[in-house]
Amino acid sequence: MAHVQLTPDELIQEFQSFDDWNDRFQYLIELGDQLEPFPEEERRDENLVQGCQSNVWLVARVVDSDPPRMELLADSDSQLVRGLIAILMILLSGKTPQEVLQTDVESVFRQLELQRHLSRSRSNGFHSMVRRIRQLAEQYLQ
Amino acid sequence: MDATAYCLDVAAIRRDFPILEQRVHGRKTLVYLDNAASAQRPRQVIETIDQLYRRHYANVHRGIHWLSEQSTELYETAREAVRQFLNAPSSDEIIFTSGTTAAINLVARSWCEAFLKPGDEILLTLMEHHSNIVPWQQAAQRHQAKIRFLPIDNQGMLDPSCWDQYFSPRTRLVSFTAVSNVLGTRNPVGQLVEAARRVGAVVLIDAAQVAPHEPIDVQAWGADFVALSGHKMLGPTGVGVLWGRREWLEKMPPFLGGGSMIRKVTLEGFEPASLPYKFEAGTPPIAEVVGLKAAVEYLWQIGLAHITEHEHRLTELAHEVLSDVGDIIIYGPSVQHKAGIVSFNLDGVHAQDVSEVLDQEGIAIRAGHHCAMPLHERLGVPATARASFYLYNTYDDVYRLGEALRTAKKLLRPGRTRSSNA
Repeated sequence: MAHVQLTPDELIQEFQSFDDWNDRFQYLIELGDQLEPFPEEERRDENLVQGCQSNVWLVARVVDSDPPRMELLADSDSQLVRGLIAILMILLSGKTPQEVLQTDVESVFRQLELQRHLSRSRSNGFHSMVRRIRQLAEQYLQ
Repeated sequence: MDATAYCLDVAAIRRDFPILEQRVHGRKTLVYLDNAASAQRPRQVIETIDQLYRRHYANVHRGIHWLSEQSTELYETAREAVRQFLNAPSSDEIIFTSGTTAAINLVARSWCEAFLKPGDEILLTLMEHHSNIVPWQQAAQRHQAKIRFLPIDNQGMLDPSCWDQYFSPRTRLVSFTAVSNVLGTRNPVGQLVEAARRVGAVVLIDAAQVAPHEPIDVQAWGADFVALSGHKMLGPTGVGVLWGRREWLEKMPPFLGGGSMIRKVTLEGFEPASLPYKFEAGTPPIAEVVGLKAAVEYLWQIGLAHITEHEHRLTELAHEVLSDVGDIIIYGPSVQHKAGIVSFNLDGVHAQDVSEVLDQEGIAIRAGHHCAMPLHERLGVPATARASFYLYNTYDDVYRLGEALRTAKKLLRPGRTRSSNA
């Protein structure tokens, strides 16, 4: 995610500046285009996120830096889902496990007003990703 | 039918479907192209159900009272209407179920329990819906039988020249769909029944995708069982039909046990009721059955042959329009071999992204594996987008689909996806 250096507030402002769904989708797809390449060897069944209609691979680990931070890598065969992944990266990647658990992803997602444009199953897939990342953060802290 | 005799007043038909008047996301008028999943209902069906609950409803077959008599009369008249709809020999052979899935499960449980032996083979096709695969897999597991699949060619059609390798004296039951819910392929029903008969196999036809669109004659088909759903043919959800030959139905053990399906119950055991009640345990979907009759009458009034022709023309136009958009792969055979179902992908783009963009433009299609994962494995794609037509769709609906696909193409850039698994 080297290219996407937005803060959550900037992200919300960007999305709120669009008048129609077309621009929102286009921006979401462009965000997805900036995802770091996903390592082919991680494209395995155990990295598939359940609850997504398209394939979503997610690798999340805590890097032993000081303080320890979460590193996220994810990919999907859907361009719109790749955009959602990019949003998750902006919100959660590089954060400490405590910060990950404190981030109100749902609130940001609501403010992006994306649920108006994405089907329920898509939103559910997004929330499955968030759950998986939070579980890993919790496991690390235990 | 003679295409020149075709006439369908689509504008008048549309006035019967209040749901189609809505705007999607408050902007675009709805274009409903998800009919292969479920159709919409005309006000005649909605009002029939409303009137039943307001005036005539009680449980059927039990009470000797004024309301129960009315309710039972309506329920049994619906059975007769369905008999006529299918041209079945007797209304005793019309079993109401909750849908096609339940109808197939009934046969897979009951017939297989009595007649399927270890080493027997069940023959399906590669284009079956999961509801015509999984019940047989379960039955095969219970009875140590084997399942085989008739392959399809690259056009998505069955190839009778290889059937000798599949039909054998071990083949006990053949179950296939008359029309593929993904490819729209019309299967050669007569040829399949004949091939099954030659080896002495029993035949079930999944008619879910054909009953809403074409005249059906179960006697002309010559199969042993036919399954269909109400909700795909303008009727309510939660009701379907199993037609079965009396000879088989009488020999088969009851599927579900409970009220209504018995003649007598003692502490030691029970005697099953006669047909069709033997297979209708519990309180049936009374309002749904009565609503199904209204749907059947609506289809009669319009004329199924006219509906077939109308959908054929829409499908023809859809093939043209989609080809004009470009970068679109259409799955399945040429229009002459298919029903009103067009499955496609924007090259290299996930079908769900396409569906999401189309939804913004007010167009309802379906994207995914359409409950046919083995078929998608054969096609080599995880998902397809599917537009499916019905009597209330217009040429304009097809043009709107084309326009929306141009928008999708601009946004989703076919052929340029970075992900390697698109």
